[in-house]
Amino acid sequence: GPVAERRLLAVRLGELPAWLATRQLSAQGLLGGVRKAWSSYYDKYINVKRGGPAGISMLLAGYCLLSYGWSYQRLSKSSFLLPD
Amino acid sequence: VISSVLHVTRPLHTTQQRSAPLPPLPEKGGEVRHGLIPEEFFQFLYPKTGVTGPYMLGTGLVLYLLSKEIYVINHETVAAACILSVIIYGVKKYGADVAAFADKLNEEKMAKALDVKNEAIKGLETAIEEEKKEQWRVEGRKYLFDAKRNNIAMLLETNYRERLLTVYSEVKKRLDYQVAMQNLKRQKEQDHMIQWVEKNVVQSITPQQQKESIAKCILDLKALSKSAQAAV
Repeated sequence: GPVAERRLLAVRLGELPAWLATRQLSAQGLLGGVRKAWSSYYDKYINVKRGGPAGISMLLAGYCLLSYGWSYQRLSKSSFLLPD
Repeated sequence: VISSVLHVTRPLHTTQQRSAPLPPLPEKGGEVRHGLIPEEFFQFLYPKTGVTGPYMLGTGLVLYLLSKEIYVINHETVAAACILSVIIYGVKKYGADVAAFADKLNEEKMAKALDVKNEAIKGLETAIEEEKKEQWRVEGRKYLFDAKRNNIAMLLETNYRERLLTVYSEVKKRLDYQVAMQNLKRQKEQDHMIQWVEKNVVQSITPQQQKESIAKCILDLKALSKSAQAAV
């Protein structure tokens, strides 16, 4: 179907800018997108009868990566090399 | 402010209205390998690279990050390794027990809700039975009213007969009175007449006749005494 109605994972790489152009990039649109993404993740991995560690472990791993990215500048500066 | 914004922008009634019952929760979550990477990623790479593709990609990525010092090994690495090993050991050892405990809690909740529902259903069914019985009882109205009608008819009959008797006795009393009056009158007339006749007769007996009758009586007595003496 047309590019505008597909979800992000169904969009090909070449069509990405076109797809981005059709999305509402206002605060409301972004917020709506975030809410939809969270609710689909929640319904798939957390809101089940017999879940496992996977639901929150993926969230924690994502948080670890994000925090490492934020503090990369500081971490790369500290030097553990012995002064030659 | 944020809550008010969320409240306004929330899309309401956009999907098809689904009537009860709600679809049940899925049994298990999406498949995740090693607790971190969803199965879809492996399926996505399978056609091009086979089974080992994602693992090679992971290894290559890790070596690249380490060699280019994009991931710096410092004291935090050691801490992370220790923490992760402890967490993984704990999950592997006690995961099943915790899952069983949580399942038991869920079961109890469900059982309680089902109990409430069953109790409500039973209560309503008994109410239905009682109601049917009351409706059956209402049909007995006919007999009740028949009995009442019989009672009233009997009362009316009794009253009527009592009054009939009263009428009869009253009439009889009046008639008896009339009869007694007539009898009394006749008797009084008779007595009066007898007295009058006697009085007149006595008056009519003149002294002359009295003397004659007395002399006759004496003669008769003498004659009788003579005959009596003769008989003795």
